[in-house]
Amino acid sequence: MSMKVSTRQVDGVTILDLSGRITLGEGSVTIRDAVRDLLAKGQSKILLNLGDISYIDSSGIGELVSAFTTVKNAGGELKLLNLTKKVQDLLQITKLYTVFDIKDDEASAISSFK
Amino acid sequence: MADSTDKPRASFTLDSTLDSVNKIEQTAEQYAQRAGFDEDTIPHIAMAVREAAVNAVLHGNAYDVNKHITASFETTPADLVIRIADQGPGLDPSSLPDPLAPENILRGSGRGIFLIRAFMDEVNFRQLHPGTELTLIKHRTPAQSGT
Repeated sequence: MSMKVSTRQVDGVTILDLSGRITLGEGSVTIRDAVRDLLAKGQSKILLNLGDISYIDSSGIGELVSAFTTVKNAGGELKLLNLTKKVQDLLQITKLYTVFDIKDDEASAISSFK
Repeated sequence: MADSTDKPRASFTLDSTLDSVNKIEQTAEQYAQRAGFDEDTIPHIAMAVREAAVNAVLHGNAYDVNKHITASFETTPADLVIRIADQGPGLDPSSLPDPLAPENILRGSGRGIFLIRAFMDEVNFRQLHPGTELTLIKHRTPAQSGT
């Protein structure tokens, strides 16, 4: 199943609800395009909701990292929400768990943006 | 490919496409299930094999329609052994940067081999001239192998 993305706005934060797989050739380009479009529109407070992501590979991890650095370099913030245990384990193995700002509650995640 | 997983050993030659990567991943998952690995280990094996297949298609053969990848799956009493080979320029594993090093942690790529090593018990590289063969081994427990 390829990745699907839907976008919503809550209190000035753009939430991308992602579902499916983030792998080479499936979800990775979608994330890149979505983040680039948001930054172009001046929306630089971005919350990636990964609650319905069933699978992510090294390319997907790379895309999350690239999205994080792209948004940070643009002066914005990108945070992750609702990680499944599989994704959480992967980020721990790759030592990225402490790099990302990871939230498990949407309301507190929204309020944590500056 | 899926029908062949009832055999202890199978080998395939495939095009250098992402469709082949998905087929290899699915076959690895089926072999891991049949070898008796638990529900936490099976996705790890499938992911390691997927990463090896992606490397073969993307970095090895560079999607070249004239080059193929081969994938073999073998269940022995002791191990699940999976070999993925490409026809690319070759890969020197010692040249790969450490993705956990602070200077590399924010790189957008370079974690595939690391994840393969994290999830498998043994990973061996063999230069084929041209190409690279990765051998991925996961040890079975006596209960899994039925001995």
